Amino acid sequence: MTTAQVAQALVSGLLIGFVFALIAAGLTLIFGVMEIVNFAHGEFLMLSMYLSYFLHAGLGWDPIAALPVNAAALFALGVLVYYALIRRVLRAPMLAQIFATFGLGVFLQNAAQFLWRPDFRTLGDSWVTGRLAVAGVYVSGPQLAAAGGAVLTTGALWWLLSRTEVGRALLATAEDRHAASLMGINPDRMFALAWGLGAACVGVAGALLSTFYYVFPQVGSVFALIAFVAVALGGFGSVVGAFAGGVLIGVVESLAGVFVAPAIKNVFVFAIYLVVVLLRPRGLFGKL
Amino acid sequence: MKIVFVAAAVLLVGLYPLVVRGPYPQHLMILVLLNALLGTAWNILGGFAGQISLGQATFFGAGAFTSTLLFQHAGVSPWLGLLAGAAVAAGLALVIGYPCFRLSGHYFAIATIAVGEIVGIVVTNWDFAGGAVGLFLPVEGESIGAFKFGDKLGYHYVIATLLGVSLALAAWLRRGRPGYYWRAIREDQAAARSVGVPATRYKQLAIAISAALTAMAGTFYAQYVLFIDPPSVLPLSLSIQICLVAVLGGAGTLLGPVLGALVLVPLSAATSVALGGSGRSLDLVVYGLLIMLIAAFEPAGLVGLARRLRGHPTR
Repeated sequence: MTTAQVAQALVSGLLIGFVFALIAAGLTLIFGVMEIVNFAHGEFLMLSMYLSYFLHAGLGWDPIAALPVNAAALFALGVLVYYALIRRVLRAPMLAQIFATFGLGVFLQNAAQFLWRPDFRTLGDSWVTGRLAVAGVYVSGPQLAAAGGAVLTTGALWWLLSRTEVGRALLATAEDRHAASLMGINPDRMFALAWGLGAACVGVAGALLSTFYYVFPQVGSVFALIAFVAVALGGFGSVVGAFAGGVLIGVVESLAGVFVAPAIKNVFVFAIYLVVVLLRPRGLFGKL
Repeated sequence: MKIVFVAAAVLLVGLYPLVVRGPYPQHLMILVLLNALLGTAWNILGGFAGQISLGQATFFGAGAFTSTLLFQHAGVSPWLGLLAGAAVAAGLALVIGYPCFRLSGHYFAIATIAVGEIVGIVVTNWDFAGGAVGLFLPVEGESIGAFKFGDKLGYHYVIATLLGVSLALAAWLRRGRPGYYWRAIREDQAAARSVGVPATRYKQLAIAISAALTAMAGTFYAQYVLFIDPPSVLPLSLSIQICLVAVLGGAGTLLGPVLGALVLVPLSAATSVALGGSGRSLDLVVYGLLIMLIAAFEPAGLVGLARRLRGHPTR
């Protein structure tokens, strides 16, 4: 167990943790504005990864260059899902809301398997390749690019929410949708916007992941479960909390994989969640 | 009126395997009864007491593994294993419930997922419990004492009895003091506490009963299929399916889970027979679509639909 190993595990964990953070940020935004957990979030991510794959295989577009396309496509998907499905369960019990999005997830995942087969696909070459060595710690190019892109996107989301008129309208709707509507904010449009932005986050994350991760129909569930835990760990509805939760999980997972055993690394991820919420029942940054 | 309904239901379930002789329809009915039992057990915790558990597979697996390991290592009869599994699961439930019941809403639901995933990973890496390979039960030696029947009839009556007992228990609990306390906790825990409802104790009661019944279903499954491994008895997807049965039927109602199982099991069987042959999961595409539609258009579940058709308001 050398210092270099610890540093390597920490850096790897941080890099993937930033991507977890972006996925979790999208999930927590939707929850924060309307108190609905999107159980199809992982499938949105999967669709974005396939989009990158097909743009690359069909048109030769690099996933990084096509990033805005993914963001726009997923934004549209999020808005569509809101108007077609979510609006119907807005006032339904929590369980009906869970199963509306859960059913959507099952539908999308298996539709992908039906259309594109259960094969594992890789993109092959991308703009970002190779690896860097800094003080004995190796960093792969695609992972570094993904982490950088994820931090920038999460930062942009935070800026949008806290520094712009639209963001303030979103937060006002989250605080009290009736009061917001009295101030001339249309809650319906804010909900649709939250779904669009939340889905656009995984749109970006999917494009970034596709440069180094396998693309297959079930890929979303790998990340979705971690994103749920990250969101709850940080406190439902808090973008800062989701960011902290995602990074923490990335680091814990990486350290446990190196120092304990890769097969049981997720035990530590879930255990950290339990410990945190037992001490703070609404997560690290949740509203008490 | 109620007695007539119960008698008719008992008669129908009792006669079913005698009239319907095909092994496949008999197997389907066993799956319906098993899922109805699992849904009923979930319903006590999730429907009556309002604590949404997405970790029921933990208790199912606890039952399946306890009875199977007791049989393999100590020759304990699976019937005793059924009770031992229920006791282990109830104990485990109390240990899980003690810290987790401090949480509410989504935080509690995700905590049950977290516990379920931890248990799944630990058992997968635990050689004594068969690890990732799983455990096989002997196929030979058919006798009632060994929980082994020559045809599906015996299994049918065992699971039907377990379901009957669970429904009677659920009905009795719901009508008594626990039922009122649970409803008060579900609607507003703080208000319930303020009028003296011992909320934690009654939530612990709900999770212990729910876990014990779920574990019995787990032992039944192990004895019926004769093979268990973590992906078959401990996955998150099983936890979600159990919840789905109760919710689609109508959470919090007595017969909702039975109705849910009656619709969901044949539905998934029919779609997989009609569309699953391609091996390309078209059946699950339709399944997902149906779940979405029911949740969107009938949020109170099938019981809500039935009530509306009879001209009663849903809520």
